[in-house]
Amino acid sequence: MNEVTPEVVQAHQLTPDEYQRIVAILGREPNLTELGIFSVMWSEHCSYKSSRLHLKKLPTKGPRVVCGPGENAGILDIGDGWCIAFKIESHNHPSFIEPFQGAATGVGGILRDIFTMGARPIAVMDALRFGPLDDPRNGARNQRIVSGVVEGIAHYGNCFGVPTVGGECVFEPSYNGNPLVNVFALGVFKRDQIFYGQATGTGNPVIYVGAKTGRDGIHGASMASAEFTEESKQKRPNVQVGDPFMEKLLMEACIEAMATGAVSGIQDMGAAGLTCSTCEMGSRGGTGIEIDLALVPQRETGMTPYEIMLSESQERMLLVAHAGREQEVLDVFKKWGLDAVIVGRVNDDGKMRVRNHGEIVAEIPSRELADEAPLYNRPYTTPLRTVPLEAPAFQSKNLRADLLTLAASGDLCDKSWIWHQYDYTVRTNTIAGPGLDAAIVRIKETGTSIAMSLDGNGRQCYLDPRLGAKLLVAECCRNLACVGATPIGTTNNLNFGNPERPEIMAQLVEAIEGIAEACEFFDAPITGGNVSLYNETLGDPIFPSPVLGIVGTVKTGLPPGISYRAAGRDIVLIGGVGEADEVRMGGTQYAKQVLQQMWGLPPLIDLPFEKRVQDAVREIVNEGLAESAHDVSQGGLAWALAEGTFQNGIGASIQLDSALRPELLLYHEGPSRVIVSTANLAQVTAICARHGVPAPVIGQTGSARLTIENSGETLIQVSVSEIRQIWSTALESALHAETHA
Amino acid sequence: MRFGVVVFPGSNCDHDAWYAASRNLGHEVGNDGGHEAEYLWHQDTDLKGSDCVILPGGFSYGDYLRCGAIAKFSPIMAAVKRFAADGGLVFGICNGFQILTECGLLPGVLVRNRGLRFICKDVRLKAATRNSPFTNEIPPGTELRMPIAHGEGCYTADERTLDELEADDRIAFRYVENPNGSMRDIAGVLSAGRNVLGMMPHPERATEPLVGSADGLLVFRSLVSACSTAK
Repeated sequence: MNEVTPEVVQAHQLTPDEYQRIVAILGREPNLTELGIFSVMWSEHCSYKSSRLHLKKLPTKGPRVVCGPGENAGILDIGDGWCIAFKIESHNHPSFIEPFQGAATGVGGILRDIFTMGARPIAVMDALRFGPLDDPRNGARNQRIVSGVVEGIAHYGNCFGVPTVGGECVFEPSYNGNPLVNVFALGVFKRDQIFYGQATGTGNPVIYVGAKTGRDGIHGASMASAEFTEESKQKRPNVQVGDPFMEKLLMEACIEAMATGAVSGIQDMGAAGLTCSTCEMGSRGGTGIEIDLALVPQRETGMTPYEIMLSESQERMLLVAHAGREQEVLDVFKKWGLDAVIVGRVNDDGKMRVRNHGEIVAEIPSRELADEAPLYNRPYTTPLRTVPLEAPAFQSKNLRADLLTLAASGDLCDKSWIWHQYDYTVRTNTIAGPGLDAAIVRIKETGTSIAMSLDGNGRQCYLDPRLGAKLLVAECCRNLACVGATPIGTTNNLNFGNPERPEIMAQLVEAIEGIAEACEFFDAPITGGNVSLYNETLGDPIFPSPVLGIVGTVKTGLPPGISYRAAGRDIVLIGGVGEADEVRMGGTQYAKQVLQQMWGLPPLIDLPFEKRVQDAVREIVNEGLAESAHDVSQGGLAWALAEGTFQNGIGASIQLDSALRPELLLYHEGPSRVIVSTANLAQVTAICARHGVPAPVIGQTGSARLTIENSGETLIQVSVSEIRQIWSTALESALHAETHA
Repeated sequence: MRFGVVVFPGSNCDHDAWYAASRNLGHEVGNDGGHEAEYLWHQDTDLKGSDCVILPGGFSYGDYLRCGAIAKFSPIMAAVKRFAADGGLVFGICNGFQILTECGLLPGVLVRNRGLRFICKDVRLKAATRNSPFTNEIPPGTELRMPIAHGEGCYTADERTLDELEADDRIAFRYVENPNGSMRDIAGVLSAGRNVLGMMPHPERATEPLVGSADGLLVFRSLVSACSTAK
């Protein structure tokens, strides 16, 4: 297919209109290489053509924002001359096709986004979504995907030497044919060490560094922009293979090269590889880049310009050096045993000019290619929903058994089978690791630590994308408050179905608007992120699944943790028991695990009240008054109380006094609630009163049981060891369970 | 005391070891005026006057062949072997332990964990002897808590070697609850000259309460005692 015919254009997933746009930009018909270049740059994955219009609604400015969306990662100033770079990215499609390599290269890609800016990665977190492990049709496959993804993340992160400090993992039938692997990474550097992906200075040498280019991953970005079909599995060769050792060398060499002062700009080759790095660096610098492909280190023989430009081989970077100082850069890469070759120069005519042995094989204006991708205002109606608004009649037969059902569920059970495979202690900065409300890594050079919370809730977002998204932002911020941290910025990963369907587009639009409103409210501007669309298999879309990563700062010190630490302490429910009704129970874990139904709406949230709760909790934690602090979220109050018993085996005796019916009281998932255990009740109460937040004492810690009473009636009594046993063994048994194929 | 931390290209606990020795140990109140740590590049042969050479954790050269299999051919390891032969203190942690067994400074081998998965978690261990430069400050019977983080940490050797190690009091550490299937619960072993230690758990990651445990400092303090006695 060397000729550009309408069929070839279609095979590149370009519409006839888009093709005409290409012809207009070039003033002629493109050749095949140029067509390939346009097709990846204008793919949904690279161009955000369906979402860009709405992403503009997100708040991106703030006093700490050094670099917002559009660069490789967002940058925030954390004070004392230090900055953090952080971002989240998805590798959903590759992880379904080839779980181990798909997930591994997902980690590799986001790490490069961080160190390409000059920051050394110090933390990784993952948000994972899979189909249920006991699914009658897909259970065995889901088990394999979980094992493969976890092993892939572990393989890459552990070898690279970055701690994987937290994350979350949820099982839903909607992810049966389309798992989600979203990887968040965060790095740290000095404010004067920031590098950007731009090519400046006409005549400056352009240097290719890192792994050689092979045929792997060609058209990965386009694959990630299409729905799955039965043929998708044949796209396995489109998945790249990762080499974390190479990445580690690349990081050390890049940081060392940057320190010489000889580097002017740098960008990693991720999606769309050499194509993306050359045109984006030119576009950002207002210049062009001219390269000769004959100089590009190649792993295979006989590669065509088309293949070299579109390869997504991993662990490669493109950098621009100051003319005359290129040898300093080459020497550093030689020290680390890496290829580093001058492949071209920066020019001043704004064109990305690609030669092969001197002959021009592609010539495209950088800015038009990188930034003038088509922008679609896709029609949207009302969000897709097929579940009823009204609640079914339900009544619990046994509230204690319900709690044990939650403990055994994939969503709420102990995930240490997963995170024990991740090195979460390397670099000796991990103050709070996996399994807590928020992870914390300290910055050794300052007295500041970074707290991070990663969260998503596809169920609630399906019931109401706008409200669901707001609840998510609030929950992330509440998690940060529980460790005493103040939110400073957000990265988001928007995982949705096919945006060409108006009811899916509506989910996306409403979720973005919900995130925008809440991030604005909590002063946690968005500094970047990723949009992953077309998450559908055979026409079945996933739940709308925005995943948010919110970061905060906190003075370095030990946080209280979520578990009761001593007997005889008062348990305070900051924010009170909250409000609930049957309709707003439909997205809860109770509805999912116990009733196996879905209906209604997410719980309501009063943002100013939520903020007061968080302010009170933050103050209590930072004053050292809380022995434990844990927010009430999925699984409701009863589950949050149970979680506090696991680590130390200390139980609790709870006496509530509420008019809510027991199912609602115990299991509703209303926001703005935090459980604190304290030996300083008077001070805790005083702080809550000052913030105008109810803070009823609901019981005391102690004994080896969890007992919950309401108005004198015992609702639940369970021994800590029994529920802990169920909770801690559920995931491993589910992973090895026989399923009916 | 002067620590040298070897940096292989894939070392990723080099900074942890450096920080533990030069900061958490180095800044302790009441020590003899501070301790220093310096990095030693794998292609160099100069140990820069180190009193103790640390082979840190990580993946030395990627370890795609076998953990530590390539590292034993590196220029720095030739120097480390000479240093060990002269009685110098060599301390291999995790991947460092794997390298020491690969290059024959320690007996046995580290194979895939029982269960075949990478394991990262805190473990409890006990010093099995006080008679070594690495354990002399650890009170008998004391349980130490520190993390492990490895995929290939199952200590394996033939029965005769294991019997000899025990007879010669060369088991340095044992797990309280064996996490990886190591024979006879072995977490660390000494060379015949007792100046080389290899261990899978990470004492350098447990040198301050902020990260969960400071028990690992006992190993570093033992080295300081041994070194000051020798001088």
